Amino acid sequence: MIPELGHFALILALGIAFLQTVAPLLGYQRRDAKLLAFAGSAAQAQFFCIAFAYACLTIAFINTDFSVAYVAQNAHTDLPMIYRVSAVWGAHEGSLLLWMLMLSGWTFAVSVFNRRIPAELSALVIAVLGVISTGLLLFMLLTSNPFERLFPVPLQGRDLNPLLQDFGLAIHPPTLYMGYVGFSVAFAFAVAALITGKLDAAWARWTRPWTTTAWMFLTLGITLGSWWAYNELGWGGWWFWDPVENASFMPWLAGTALIHSLAVTEKRGLLKSWTVLLAILTFSLSLLGTFLVRSGVLVSVHAFASDPARGLFILIFMALVTGSALTLYAWRAPKLATVGELHLFSREGLLLLNNVFLVVACAAILVGTLYPLVIDALKLGKISVGPPYFNAVFLPLMVPLFVLVGFGAVVPWKKGRAGETWQRLKMPALFAVAFAIVVPLALHGRAALLAVTGGLLGAWTIVAAAQDVSRRIRAKPSFAAGLASVPRASWGMTLAHAGLGVWALGVAFVISYGYEKDVRLAPNARTEIGDFSFGFVGATEAKGPNFIAQQGEVTIERGDHSVTTLYPQKRFYPSQRNVMTESAVDATLLRDLYVSLGEGFEDGSWSLRIYVKPMIRLIWLGGVLMFLGGCLAASDRRYRLAKAADRRLAVDGGTQAA
Amino acid sequence: MTKRNQRLLGVAALLIGVGVAATLGFTAFRKNMMYFYTPSDLVAGTVPVGAAAQLGGLVETGSLTRGEGLKVEFRVADCAKNIPVRYEGVLPDLFREGQGVVADGYMNAEHVFIATRILAKHDENYMPPQVADALKGNPDTGKHSCMPFKAVDKTVAAS
Repeated sequence: MIPELGHFALILALGIAFLQTVAPLLGYQRRDAKLLAFAGSAAQAQFFCIAFAYACLTIAFINTDFSVAYVAQNAHTDLPMIYRVSAVWGAHEGSLLLWMLMLSGWTFAVSVFNRRIPAELSALVIAVLGVISTGLLLFMLLTSNPFERLFPVPLQGRDLNPLLQDFGLAIHPPTLYMGYVGFSVAFAFAVAALITGKLDAAWARWTRPWTTTAWMFLTLGITLGSWWAYNELGWGGWWFWDPVENASFMPWLAGTALIHSLAVTEKRGLLKSWTVLLAILTFSLSLLGTFLVRSGVLVSVHAFASDPARGLFILIFMALVTGSALTLYAWRAPKLATVGELHLFSREGLLLLNNVFLVVACAAILVGTLYPLVIDALKLGKISVGPPYFNAVFLPLMVPLFVLVGFGAVVPWKKGRAGETWQRLKMPALFAVAFAIVVPLALHGRAALLAVTGGLLGAWTIVAAAQDVSRRIRAKPSFAAGLASVPRASWGMTLAHAGLGVWALGVAFVISYGYEKDVRLAPNARTEIGDFSFGFVGATEAKGPNFIAQQGEVTIERGDHSVTTLYPQKRFYPSQRNVMTESAVDATLLRDLYVSLGEGFEDGSWSLRIYVKPMIRLIWLGGVLMFLGGCLAASDRRYRLAKAADRRLAVDGGTQAA
Repeated sequence: MTKRNQRLLGVAALLIGVGVAATLGFTAFRKNMMYFYTPSDLVAGTVPVGAAAQLGGLVETGSLTRGEGLKVEFRVADCAKNIPVRYEGVLPDLFREGQGVVADGYMNAEHVFIATRILAKHDENYMPPQVADALKGNPDTGKHSCMPFKAVDKTVAAS
């Protein structure tokens, strides 16, 4: 019964989504305020329908109702409760439902928080989001219904893929989707601006918090994914340039360019049509990511059960959405004339350069990701493009970008002065040089080129980022007054840029000073790696809730001191007859000690992967700092100020009426 | 400098930047592109010695021998030919004799494939699509029956 209710709610949502699209467009054409106002109610009704359907599917998972085909394929009576809830998005159908939940949630938020923007614009934004909703709901109901029944009902389910039974991965998809889908709001704002032809500073100010929010969730989602891959795949790597990783990284790069060009559009009224184009491209790349992952054209750990009909549907949908948006852009963008001029040596000029580097990096990754697919589709052979390509292209492009970040926080809008800039930046530059020489030598005794470069850029970014806040504080008579005067947006920018610097330090150090060793060890044998000595005690059997494991014991010493003992596992999940490697990590901010089991041999010895990874935590810490920076920037006072004023107005009106 | 000159300078700088990036990109691209080959391709000698290549096929049953430490040697076969592969390191969880495998590496002068990375997937039904394609339509003439290996209708789910 419950699954049928969920299915029905989805069909109802499709009808509402259709109305949500058509009514506001008609209303806009006929200048009918009632039809425009309908958009908000429709968005809210649609959200409740989808949330209801989502709850129905979750209940089916909690009750392990194997009469639902999707539950039977992805659950098992032994599956712990937390993974039953996360199994809802463990495969194709459910993750689409999650996508829809996010989309309708974002639309709901737009309908609630958009009270102060013109009714016309708000209604058009909701209508555009309605188009996307309609397409995806059709896709779900026609090709991937999560509520499909299964007869005869199996006694036991096929269980959730063991790779997904990890806390990091339980929360990785929702955060990633929050980001992916969130860019649909920026997209809708861009399309609405093209329809109305009105694109001013106010438009940019309305769009910015939405875009920043989407961006910060995408940042967190990618960071969590990287952390999961490190812990769960057992190779000790944090980024593989896997096509699916690239699929999430391309919208991130375009989205990062977008939040910066939006700043220029808000503050200076420049780069208008570029901003609109970026908004369209960012969301198109999000859709492309969905297509790449869902269609099964990629060979990857992320590829779901593939069905050509599904891939084709998403491809057509993507072509329609992107194609019509770009057509509209070609037709209407020339009207978005820009007044004012742009000097290269000014904040807006530097932000334009930042956009160039980010977009070029994004394009290079796009080429590397899509080229093998195109070659394959044209039957010209099968090729793959390895990580060395991406490293060789991406890293050199990042160097000038990092240098720019430091200038960006210091050079003023309109026109910068070289002398003034030098005064402000000479100390950060000096500090960065000193840091880059001293720290690698002090910590590791040798200065690797990459570590020095990374240290230089990382320290430069962090210290230069702090200049904005420190200048604002020094402008006030007392430190406390200064501290109070710094707006959240400024803290947000500082924190996000510092996060970028922290990330760079982590990357440079882990590549320069990391040790990786694959080794075969008999019980009670030792091996030396770097300053550490790893001793393999042996492996014994251990039991988990739904798996049986071989658990190794590895004691780690440094000099005469015992550092820690690690217990990596090799798990066997009987329900899917799958083997999983569960690595064991001893982490501090300065270094990770990482051990994972390979295979056991007849003589009792095991092959082990042993890694020493200096400062790898900084990579994820950097991502988290960027997320927090996004939180602060999106909740800046000036976005809320006008809202509070509106509320006061509404209250006054209310009392008068009473 | 006049406005016009300034703008020209800007455009020139941009073009140079994009040009450099494109050159960097395409050089890196050509160097790091790996073609996928079947054992038959490699036996036929179509691949130059030392060139980066990806080999896909089935690990021949009974061919795995272990050397000192983590050195292994095994043969990878399609339905017609097979080729020796040498590797040193930890094999992936799902590496099994008789199962599909993809190896990155190169051919050495003695016609042995030196693997630098071995991939196998977390699913008993999984076969790399390239391998499935390569085996499709071949009659059962080689040492391996190609029967047990269904075409890929399901790959591993994650994320």
